[in-house]
Amino acid sequence: MANKTVQLEIKRQATPDAPAVWEKFDLEWRPGMNVTSALMEIAANPVTADGHSTTPVTYDSNCLEEICGSCAMRINGKARMACSALVENIEQPIRIEPLSKFPLVRDLQVDRSVLFENLKAVKAWVPIDGTYDLGAGPRLFPQDQEVNYPLSNCISCTCCMEVCPQFNEETGFVGAATIAQVRLFNNHPTGKVLKEERLRALAGDGGVQECGYAQNCVEVCPKQLPLTNAISDVSREVLLQKAKDFLRG
Amino acid sequence: MASPRIIVVGGGLAGLAAVIKIAEAGGSVDLFSIVPVKRSHSVCAQGGINAAKDLKGEGDSTDKHFDDTIYGGDFLANQTPVKAMCEAAPGIIDLLDRMGVPFNRTPEGLLDFRRFGGTLYQRTAFAGATTGQQLLYALDEQVRRHEAEGKVKKYEGWEFLSAVLDSKGVARGITALDLRTMELRSFPADAIILATGGIGAIFGKSTNSVVCTGSAQSAIFQQGAWYANGEFIQVHPTAIPGEDKLRLMSESARGEGGRVWVPRKPGDSRPAKQIPEAERFYFLEEWYPKYGNLVPRDIATRAIHRVVYQEGLGIDGQPMVYLDLTHIDRATLDRKLGGILEIYEKFVGVDPHVEPMKIFPGMHYTMGGIWVDFNQMTNIPGIFAAGECEYQYHGANRLGANSLVSCIFGGFHAGPNALNYAKNLPAPEGDGGHAAELARQAEINTRLIKNEGGENPFKLWRELGQIMTEHVTVIRFNKGLQKADEKIVSLIERYKRINLSDKSQWANTSFAFARQLKNMLEISRVVTLGALQRDESRGAHYKPDFPDRNDEKFLKTTKASYSGDVVGPRFEFEEVDTQYIKPRPRRYDVAK
Repeated sequence: MANKTVQLEIKRQATPDAPAVWEKFDLEWRPGMNVTSALMEIAANPVTADGHSTTPVTYDSNCLEEICGSCAMRINGKARMACSALVENIEQPIRIEPLSKFPLVRDLQVDRSVLFENLKAVKAWVPIDGTYDLGAGPRLFPQDQEVNYPLSNCISCTCCMEVCPQFNEETGFVGAATIAQVRLFNNHPTGKVLKEERLRALAGDGGVQECGYAQNCVEVCPKQLPLTNAISDVSREVLLQKAKDFLRG
Repeated sequence: MASPRIIVVGGGLAGLAAVIKIAEAGGSVDLFSIVPVKRSHSVCAQGGINAAKDLKGEGDSTDKHFDDTIYGGDFLANQTPVKAMCEAAPGIIDLLDRMGVPFNRTPEGLLDFRRFGGTLYQRTAFAGATTGQQLLYALDEQVRRHEAEGKVKKYEGWEFLSAVLDSKGVARGITALDLRTMELRSFPADAIILATGGIGAIFGKSTNSVVCTGSAQSAIFQQGAWYANGEFIQVHPTAIPGEDKLRLMSESARGEGGRVWVPRKPGDSRPAKQIPEAERFYFLEEWYPKYGNLVPRDIATRAIHRVVYQEGLGIDGQPMVYLDLTHIDRATLDRKLGGILEIYEKFVGVDPHVEPMKIFPGMHYTMGGIWVDFNQMTNIPGIFAAGECEYQYHGANRLGANSLVSCIFGGFHAGPNALNYAKNLPAPEGDGGHAAELARQAEINTRLIKNEGGENPFKLWRELGQIMTEHVTVIRFNKGLQKADEKIVSLIERYKRINLSDKSQWANTSFAFARQLKNMLEISRVVTLGALQRDESRGAHYKPDFPDRNDEKFLKTTKASYSGDVVGPRFEFEEVDTQYIKPRPRRYDVAK
């Protein structure tokens, strides 16, 4: 029988410059409760365990079914999605903190726009001629779809970047999510027209060679993307591209 | 003249589709979204997108798609735009395919299709069971490309508050709130496209995402936009009941052969696998032999209500029925339905390959919405709308897998139409109303922050959700609807005494929520009172006291306009365009 009370400890920080404080909350346990529903409960009754009034917790969330990628945070030290964190499976007190590798906005909310900038830098798109009617797309066998679809499941949650020892200001590493998208678009019959540009974008500082093969990314990914495979494939391609570019002078 | 500036509000499929068309035609776009656009609610769409490409040799056609859609919507949709959508759908699928959407394939390398509700044809293209996610990503990538080329500027983390209207009532821009700095600003534009999705939040728990509050629609409704067919709310037959939301379990589960059943014996406490075939009641297959488990959603939802509440056959006496996939082999399930089975397993902790899922209907889709003309323009000049936030493609009930196509089609129309409109727009007099609208919004904000009283906005919202779910979803009685409206009016009164526990000016989520809540309350009245005055049953709108469709009186579009008075919105009826398909009785127990 689970506890009838759920104990949470949440790291709060009112602004990026404010000091961080921990607040404790005791909530009534309900079946099927997850971390996001606990945070909603606090919003409806913002009182700490010792009876002090506080403010609702600021955090990102949207779909609540682990497909929008919004609610990544550290729960008992592990980077994961808060919506799929079922309270009954987590040791209490549940300690909740913001992701640590991204600029803090407030409480559990951080700024992860760096990922979207990285996707721009590697041209993570298929450069179609236009949206007018040009008939059917290229034929693709199911085997190819089965390679591409898992890579296309990345929800941009940035958990893989959070847990990567190499993802920091010093290396400027783009992180696994971006590399996996390079793999995806280089594998598409039309997308591969930009293959060389993408590989060159990953050839310099902060590129794929920063990866230290810690493999944390693939373990933490909530969508089980084949991240380490993608990184080794892209690494090889980047080296080949470098050699080609060198020979071309 | 400089190229027109268009503002698109909302970065789901409809909004992004509009952005792409405008950027491609040389216009400049400012794209506003509460969340980074890649996190928009379109990601939640699962099962697929309809287009009559007839790649299965069944003799499907766009005419049949058109007829299924009109019939499925119980003849309430205007037929001209629906016909155009169905005709455009195959081209839209081709385009998405060219953009790189990883649709499932046949061995020959062609697009695979599956069957969905309300049709007898395999017409639904799909990417696993995360089709909405894959479509949104494809459009997001194209928009990112235009953004990199400087044609699109994104304002992510900004919430639309209102339209800026000039002295003649013409739209000249918007006001919006930066959800981080809490800065209020106005932005000029020659035309505006709202693509702000559904209104699930007024029901408290639904399959919708947190941002689907209907706040933007309600804001322009209160500024004079008409809201059409608000009473038509789709309750999806198969959702996973949950603490924080109802998680969708896609119709594609039935499209791939999933069967809905309950034990024949009330209160049968045996585990599902131990109940022999003969003691299982496959009620959809028995009641609707032709369409079986793939009847339209309103029909399936009412059938589930009937077995649970009238026949007392819910599993263990609970409001739940089985959705069973266990007879299908694991490899097929993973290839075609992997995404949704993963959701069930993660959130319920039971493996649906092995155990039948337990599901129950949940509020899912907003058929009604902002009134638009066939060019997607609202009655406010310069404000266009596309996607779930407008009313025009689904009539009284939406068919599964028609939402994605209507979003993209609507966005593709709204974009170029807005651009054309903007090119011919004369310059505004004075400042176009910006200063006055900014001042009005600033005053609302100041009042809300300074307000003193004892009410918590999140608690008021819960009360709203409970009353709406109880009286304004599957089965509606006029008495209950009246009661719900009285409750909403009392909540509007109590709203005046909201006291925000957070009065800060930095990433203040309760402040933003409180602003949405006011708009949710206003739109809830439109839905409730619209249902009250429609004394018939049509599609998703069902009144046991008026069980039949009444074309003579109610084959009409409901149009609500804001009165600003406690009596509530004003209603009028508009003729429905039925020029192509003559209305006929709608039934699914036989082939139509």
